[in-house]
Amino acid sequence: MSVKQCSRDGIAFSTCMKLDMMDGPPRDVDRAIIDLVRRHLPLTLIANAQRTSAMKSPYACNSAEHEISRRAFLGGLALGTAGAALGLGGLLTAPSASADQFKAGHKRILNVFLHGGVSQLETWDPKPNTDTGGPFRAIPTSVPGTHICELLPYTAQQMHLLSIVRSLDTHNSDHFRGVTEMTTGRNRLVGVDYPHLGAVAAKTLTPDKFTLPGHILVRSSPGGRNVESEFHKAAYLGAQYANMTMYDAQPPKNTERAETLSSEADVKRNALREKINNRFAGRRRTADTEAYDFSFEQARDLLTHRQVFDITREPAADLERYGTSEFGKHCLLARRLLEHGVPYVQVNHADYDTHHENFDFHIEQLGEFDRPFSLLLADLAERGLLAETLVCVMSEFGRTPQINDRYGRDHWGTAWSVALGGAGIQPGGVIGKTNANGTEVVERSVDHGHVFHTIMQAVGVNSTGDFDVGGRKFPIADPAKSAIGELLA
Amino acid sequence: MSQATPTIIDPAKTHLLLEYKHDRPLTACHWEPKSRYVFFGAEDNLIHRYDPASQAVTPLSAHDSWIRSFGSSLDGELLYSGGYDGRLIWWPAAAEKPEPIRVVEAHQGWIRALAVSPNGAYIATCGNDLLVKLWDAASGALVRDFAGHISHIYNVIFSPDSATMYSCDLKGFVKAWNVATGEARDVATVEALHKYDTTFRADIGGARSIALRSDGAQLALGGIINVTNAFAGVGEVAVALVNVADGKIDVQLESKDKTKGATWGVAHHPNGFWTGLTGGGGGGWFFFWKGDEPHEFFKFQMKAAGRGMSLSPDQSQLAVAHSDRHLRTYALYEKPA
Repeated sequence: MSVKQCSRDGIAFSTCMKLDMMDGPPRDVDRAIIDLVRRHLPLTLIANAQRTSAMKSPYACNSAEHEISRRAFLGGLALGTAGAALGLGGLLTAPSASADQFKAGHKRILNVFLHGGVSQLETWDPKPNTDTGGPFRAIPTSVPGTHICELLPYTAQQMHLLSIVRSLDTHNSDHFRGVTEMTTGRNRLVGVDYPHLGAVAAKTLTPDKFTLPGHILVRSSPGGRNVESEFHKAAYLGAQYANMTMYDAQPPKNTERAETLSSEADVKRNALREKINNRFAGRRRTADTEAYDFSFEQARDLLTHRQVFDITREPAADLERYGTSEFGKHCLLARRLLEHGVPYVQVNHADYDTHHENFDFHIEQLGEFDRPFSLLLADLAERGLLAETLVCVMSEFGRTPQINDRYGRDHWGTAWSVALGGAGIQPGGVIGKTNANGTEVVERSVDHGHVFHTIMQAVGVNSTGDFDVGGRKFPIADPAKSAIGELLA
Repeated sequence: MSQATPTIIDPAKTHLLLEYKHDRPLTACHWEPKSRYVFFGAEDNLIHRYDPASQAVTPLSAHDSWIRSFGSSLDGELLYSGGYDGRLIWWPAAAEKPEPIRVVEAHQGWIRALAVSPNGAYIATCGNDLLVKLWDAASGALVRDFAGHISHIYNVIFSPDSATMYSCDLKGFVKAWNVATGEARDVATVEALHKYDTTFRADIGGARSIALRSDGAQLALGGIINVTNAFAGVGEVAVALVNVADGKIDVQLESKDKTKGATWGVAHHPNGFWTGLTGGGGGGWFFFWKGDEPHEFFKFQMKAAGRGMSLSPDQSQLAVAHSDRHLRTYALYEKPA
């Protein structure tokens, strides 16, 4: 395998060099590193980084293409975030980290995304005994006077930790557009990409010397629809802020050292790799070799933190409490990730696109959602993490108040709800109002732009500010919108 | 009934007889034994007593959710209703202003179906709490819980001798319950009536309707099969005819042209044919099957999807609760000249 081939494939240079020297096929741990770097280090990112740097470096050929130092390279990628992760999803800049690092007020975001369009009438804005209300009753919650649908009995007991916005009017009933707009806070424009909420969070909230991905999506394995990774774009922020996806509550693949490789052998092997790399760099050092070597080191660090992604390390009692459902495991994983300070965790739950038998399916889906979510909320509060963690439950839109002839509800972006709580949010409130049968907003109409501003301001980010990307200014949030001020603590 | 009972039943002559327009979509209907009334539920949490002769409608209010199931005492003087509020309610069927005689919080969650034993002694209910419950019709006392299903129980029915109950759940599991002893027997698993949609990550299926052949030997389970999109309800109407003795599926009744939808009502007519009511993407239809072959010998299109069906006591008419806010009755005989 040549260096050129490696570069074309986006494989870490040092790994390629090592593979060149190996006899026989690569071992599992090599595959793991290759997987990680290949996944997270697109060559375009390196090219971008090179373009953003003007600093000279003593590279072998001294060409303009190599006018980047390691420091500038990292700084150029960091853009205010110490994640500086070179495409490893905002991965690693220090060899180690612990939850202790994140007790000092680092804010985090937990976004629970209910894909397909959850019904506001079966969740946050019930309208029992109306022509649109459906068969479910409203139940009291831990907030006097606030009622939610009876399908959320456990969440109802934690409503003092949440507030509801019942007045979303997003003028949209398209899935793709809805997901995009709710997670970017911008009106979708053809040909224009805005960074996902997770990317913005990773960029603005990732602590210094953070060694884990800053933007993690927890979801079911692909095979269903709504392969949400496509929505988690970092856009102009750079690919390092795009998501790392965890499927089915499993740790990232290929992150375990092969049983046949002892730790001593691994250390020796890496020492040899470093020696060879250094020897090579002494003769022909390039920005690419710097980037690849850096990524390789970060990937190694990720391997050392594999346990962060392993929910089986949680106490047996918690595993039992959260249950065996996929969503339950995902909630427990989210708790674990948040405890380790990951700035943005999104847990997807699907599917709610209930054009047919909306009520049966909401029983089933919300039956999965309710208890694990309420446990997660309560646990975050009990452990003191909720003060640092904004929690949002959103969807791409709501569902029609009108019940169709198949007992279904269709897409509806005109009057629906989200729930917010935790860091920076006034708990126990209800913002906005819909009319008696939920067909329109009658008080405090807001949309995705307002929600985005609110989330970011709640975690301490001045959402009216700009990102400076290579000297260009990009508004953090839609300048035409503002936060829902009365929701902010 | 407003017309003399005809003597010749001919499904091919099915025609619309009466229609009553309500202000909400309907959810279920029930023709009481004396043929004085058709009771129907609607998306207004009320029961409505419809008098076909006078077209008068009287509301019955005590449920806090939709009503999807009804039954009557043998003499027709008591109406039993089961609601999605979990309540089982006894009503004076013919009272001028009916008020509940008895209200029982019968299930946690929906009562999806109720059945009255042919001897009139018991009421069976089933629901989302995975239980079948047996009630003393006279006193309202709970006689016994029957636990064993592992998914929502969609329907329940008594055998002709009132000694056995059959129930079917979301996943197509059919159980027989001994009324006297509570013993359970697994009768069959009708796999065709259930699908876990991996795309939407949800279950769809269940016996949306249930009936026994007149001799009690065959259990009819109506539902939806061949589902390709659970959340759009894309599947086909079908009725599985299960031999209650050995659990084998004797015949699976389907539509010749693979009509989209679910079978929301099924009945065995004493003349020997099966009737199915469908609703869904393919619209509302009556299907008529002989029972010994899978495809219908006749079908009749209605104006809108059907959600519930009840055969008149004299077996000559069908009442249908429609999604388009109408209760309609249909005659199974030739329209008078």
